[in-house]
Amino acid sequence: MIPLYDYSLDELSQKLQKKEVSSVELTQSVLKRIEETKAKLNTFITLTKESALQTAKTVDQKRIKGEVLSPLAGIPIALKDIFLTQGIKTTCCSKILSQFIPPYDSTVVKRLKQNDVVLVGKLNMDEFAMGSSNENSCFGPVKNPWDLERTPGGSSGGSAAAVAASQCLGAFGTDTGGSIRQPASLCGVVGIKPTYGRVSRYGIIAFASSLDQVGPFGKRVKDVAHLLKAVAGRDSMDSTSADMKVPDYTQFLTKDIKGLKIGIAKEYFIKGMEASTEKVVHKAIDHLKKLGAKIIDVSLPHTSYAVPTYYLIATAEASSNLARYDGVKYGYRAKASTLQEMYRKTRGEGFGREVKRRIMLGTFVLSSGYYDAYYKKASQVRTLIKRDFDEAFKHCDLIVTPTSPTTAFKLGEKMEDPLQMYLSDIFTISANLAGLPGLVLPCGFDEKNLPIGLQILGPHFKEEKIFHLAYAYEQSTEWHQRKPTV
Amino acid sequence: MTSYEAVIGLEVHAQLKTKSKIFCGCSTEFNAKENENTCPVCTGMPGSLPVLNKKAVEFALKMAMATQCTIHEKSIFARKNYFYPDLPKGYQISQYDKPLAVQGKVGKVRIHRIHMEEDAGKNIHGTVSSYVNLNRAGIPLIEIVSEPDMRSSQEAGEYLRELRSMLRYLDICDGNMEEGSFRCDVNISIRPLTQKEYGTRAEIKNINSFRFVEKAIEYEIERQKEVLESGKRVVQETRLWDSEKNQTFSMRSKEEAHDYRYFPDPDLLPLQIPNTWIEDVKKSIPELGAQKKERFMNQYGLTEYDAGLLVQEKELAQYFEEVVQICQQPKLASNWILSELLRETTATQIAASPISSKHLGELIKLIQKGTISGKIAKTIFEKMWNSGQSPKTIVEKEGLVQVSDENVIRQWVEEVLKNNQKFVDEYRAGRTKLLGFFVGEIMKKSQGKANPATIHEILKKKLDSKGE
Amino acid sequence: MITCFFFSVMVIKKFMHITKELVEHLAKLALLELTEEEVTRYTRELDSLIGYFEKLNELNTTHIEPTYQVVPEAIVFREDSVQESFKREEWLKVVPQQEEGAIKVPKIIDVG
Repeated sequence: MIPLYDYSLDELSQKLQKKEVSSVELTQSVLKRIEETKAKLNTFITLTKESALQTAKTVDQKRIKGEVLSPLAGIPIALKDIFLTQGIKTTCCSKILSQFIPPYDSTVVKRLKQNDVVLVGKLNMDEFAMGSSNENSCFGPVKNPWDLERTPGGSSGGSAAAVAASQCLGAFGTDTGGSIRQPASLCGVVGIKPTYGRVSRYGIIAFASSLDQVGPFGKRVKDVAHLLKAVAGRDSMDSTSADMKVPDYTQFLTKDIKGLKIGIAKEYFIKGMEASTEKVVHKAIDHLKKLGAKIIDVSLPHTSYAVPTYYLIATAEASSNLARYDGVKYGYRAKASTLQEMYRKTRGEGFGREVKRRIMLGTFVLSSGYYDAYYKKASQVRTLIKRDFDEAFKHCDLIVTPTSPTTAFKLGEKMEDPLQMYLSDIFTISANLAGLPGLVLPCGFDEKNLPIGLQILGPHFKEEKIFHLAYAYEQSTEWHQRKPTV
Repeated sequence: MTSYEAVIGLEVHAQLKTKSKIFCGCSTEFNAKENENTCPVCTGMPGSLPVLNKKAVEFALKMAMATQCTIHEKSIFARKNYFYPDLPKGYQISQYDKPLAVQGKVGKVRIHRIHMEEDAGKNIHGTVSSYVNLNRAGIPLIEIVSEPDMRSSQEAGEYLRELRSMLRYLDICDGNMEEGSFRCDVNISIRPLTQKEYGTRAEIKNINSFRFVEKAIEYEIERQKEVLESGKRVVQETRLWDSEKNQTFSMRSKEEAHDYRYFPDPDLLPLQIPNTWIEDVKKSIPELGAQKKERFMNQYGLTEYDAGLLVQEKELAQYFEEVVQICQQPKLASNWILSELLRETTATQIAASPISSKHLGELIKLIQKGTISGKIAKTIFEKMWNSGQSPKTIVEKEGLVQVSDENVIRQWVEEVLKNNQKFVDEYRAGRTKLLGFFVGEIMKKSQGKANPATIHEILKKKLDSKGE
Repeated sequence: MITCFFFSVMVIKKFMHITKELVEHLAKLALLELTEEEVTRYTRELDSLIGYFEKLNELNTTHIEPTYQVVPEAIVFREDSVQESFKREEWLKVVPQQEEGAIKVPKIIDVG
C-alpha cells in the first residue's frame, strides 16, 4: 500500500476531487510522516498541526456540499519561513526574528488560502535567504534526504528537502541567485523560479529586491504547474509585479517537442564541474534530441562574470533591505542604555555570520567613493549579461544547462571559504540577473546515488514553454519515480 | 574693515495635502492617536513594499510648473540610507540623481531642483527614553532647493513667503511652519565683496517661523563675520537655531559625516511623466499670488502694498473680488477689508467670517449711495459682525438711515452754534480748527446720522456769513 | 582610442585592499558590533572577495547603460484613497517596548 504522502500532488488532487480520499486523511498521513522524519531532516521550524487539520476538515465539508474547489484545495503545503503568515511565527531563520509573529499575510499566502490549501508548517532556510546549503540557519542545518551527511542546497533547503521526503505535497521557496533551482537539483525534485515580476513579493522578507522571486517545489512538473498558477499574477501591493495574464500552465503539458529549438551554451560546461554531472546532463540533452528537439549551439559570453556581478548587486540591495532590522519596531532587541548601543548590539548579536558578511560587503559597494567602481560597474555588466540572453533567444526557444557544478556536498565542506560557496551558484545566477524564468527537474544520479538536476531557461513570461519541455522530458524518463529512503 | 556679502540658499520641505500617504494607503489626517495611521508599509515591516500615490506626483508637478522648472520626463526614486528611530525602513525613499524637476525660478531667486520624498515619523525625547510615533512616516513631501541667490534676511523672507503663497494657491500644502507642514533649512556663507568664490557655508536647522528664519540669518552673518575677522575659518557644519537665546549653536555631532549610500530603489520603477500629463496639469494651475497682485494693481488701481496684502491668501483675494463685484468700489472694499475686517479675523479665516462678501459689498454700496454715513457704517459693521445679518436689515431695524435733509441739519447747526457762542467767536477770530469740534457736536446731536458733507456745507456758510 | 584601450588593459590588476580600518568603518556605517576576531576574519574574507569581484574590470563598459531593474515597464500608481490596515493594538504587539501607544527606545545621544 502506497502511503498517501507518496503520491504526487496532481494524483492526490484527482483523488480528493473523486472523493476517494478526504483531506483530513491526507493531512493526517502527511503529519505522521513529518513526525517520523523531522528530527532526521530538521526541515520544519514551525508546525501548524491544529490549524492544518481544521482547514482540511473545512475543505472536506465544502466538497461534500458540492462546492467547486481549486485543484489545490485540501492539499498539504509548506512554506519557506520567509513568507509572512499572519499569526504564525515567521523567523527567516534568524535570531533577529526568531520570535516574530507577523500582523499581516503575504499576498502569496492570501492566494493560497483562497485556494483552500492546507498549510502544515514553515520551513527551514538559510538565514535571510543568504546561502547555498541551508547551513546558515540559526535553527541548525537541514539534511539532504538522499544522504543525511550532506546539504540539501540553499537557501530554500528546507522546502526542497521536505518535498523530496514527502513531508508535504508541495512547497514554496524564493530564488535570488538560484535558491529554488539549486536545492531542487540537489534534492531531486522539480522547482521553478518564474520570470521576475510574475509572482508578488509583498509579504516576502526581502533579500535583494531586483532579484528575488517566489516559486514552488513539487515532485512532478504538473504539480509545480498547479502551484505556480495559483499564486502568479499582478498584485497592486507590489509595484514590480507584472500586469500579464497568467496562463493555465497545466494546459501546456504535452509530450511532443519535435522541432523545439534548444540552445546549449558552451560557457556552461566548465572546468571544475563534477564529471558525473557533466556526463548526466549531456545524456539528458541527447535524450531531448532523440525526442525530436533541435539542439543549437549558443553563446552566453559573459557567464563567467555573473557571480561577481550578482554578489555586488545582491549584497548592496540586501545591506539596505536589512537596515530595518534595528530592534526598534519588532524582532530581537538587545539590552542597552543608549540608542547607538542598542542598534549595534541588536544587529551584531541578531544577525549570523554570513548575513553580516554580506551586509558589510553591500555597505562597501554602495559607499561614497566606491559606488561607481563596484555597484554601477556591476549594474553595467548586468546589462551585458541580459543582452547575451536576448541575443541567444533569437536563435532558440529555450536554453538547457546543468544546475549545479556538483551534486550535494557534505555538511561543513564549503563553510570555510565563502567564495567556494558562492561559486556553486554559477549556473543559476544569470537567470536572476536577467529576470528570466528557470525550471529544474531531475535528470539522473551520480555514482553516490545523489540527484542531478537539469535546468531549463526561457525568455521572459514564457513559463508555459518551459513547462512543456520539462513535462515531455519527465514523462519519457523515470528519474522522478526514485525516492530517497529516509 | 572688509565688507562682506551674505550668500544664502534655502531648502524647503513642504508636506503635500494628499488624503493618503505617498507609498501606502494610510490616512494623512493630523489628529490621530499615536501610531494609528499605520500599516506594514509605513512601519517598515518585513516584506512590505511601496506603491506610489498618483496625487502626490500631480501636486509635485503643479509646484514644478508654477516655478517654471524643467520637468524630467523620467525621474528615479533613490534610497537614502541612514539609521534613526523615526525612519522605520532604515532608509528614506527620496530622489537623488534624477529628480522630478530642475532649474526654475521664484521672483529673482533661481530654483535648483524640486524632488519628491517621504516624511519620517516623529521622535519625542524624554530623559531616559525616546518615544516614536510613525503617523507622520510616509507623508509625501516635496523638497525645494534654491540656488544661493539670496543676499539678505529680507530677500530670504520674501522668497519664503512667495513660496508659501504659491503652495497655498495651488492648494497642495498648508504652508504652516509652526505645525511643520512647511519647513526651512538655511545654507549660509559670507564672502568679502571682492571675492568670487563662495565662502564655507553652515547649515541651520530647527527654525520654525518666518521671523526666526530672518533672525537666524542675521545672527549667522554676524557670527561668521566675527569668525573671519578673528583670523579663523568658518567650519562647514550643521547648526541649530535656539529660539530662546536667539542664536545658532553647533550640533558638534560625534559621528562622522553621513554617507547616505544613495542608489536607485529597486522596489520602484522609473517615474515617467508623459507630455499629455504635463499639459493637463498646466491647465489646472490657477492664477497665483504674484500674477493676481499685478492684476489687482492694474484692474482695480490698488497700490502695490494693498494689492500685496489682499493676495496673501487665496480666500482673501477671492473675498475681495466678490465684494467688488457687488459694490463696484475697489478702493473702499480694499480699505474696509484691510482695516476693519482683518481687525476681527485673519486672512486664513475669512471664509468663516460672519460678514459675507455679499453683505460687505452691500454695506459699501449703502455708503456710496449716501444712505448711511461712513461713521454709522462702522457701527453697522460691528452689528453685522455680531449678528451675521445684512446691512439693510440692521439699518431698517435701528433706523440708522443717514439724514441729509438740509432743514433738519440746519436746525441742528443753529442749535449747536447758539449753545457755543464763545467758540464761534474764537473760530471767527482765527481758530479754524474748532470746525471739527462743531461737526462733532452736530454729529452727537444727530446720533451720528447726519450727512457730514451737508453738515460741512451748512456749517461753513453759517460761520463764515456771520463773520461779515 | 588606442590610449584608452591601453589604459583599460593596465587597470586589470587588483587595486583595492580591504583594511581593518575600512572594515571597522563599514561596521560603524551598518551599525554592527563586531568582536576583534570578527574584524580580523571579515577583513581577510572581504579582501579576498573584492579581489575576485574585480574580475569585472576585464570588461569595458564605457557606454553601457546600467540595469537597476529588469521590469520593462514604468512605475505603477495608486489612487489617493485611504485604505484601512491593521489596528494599532495589533501591530503594537510586535513592538519590543511601547508606552501609551508610542514605540519606546533608549535615549538618542546626538548633540555633543
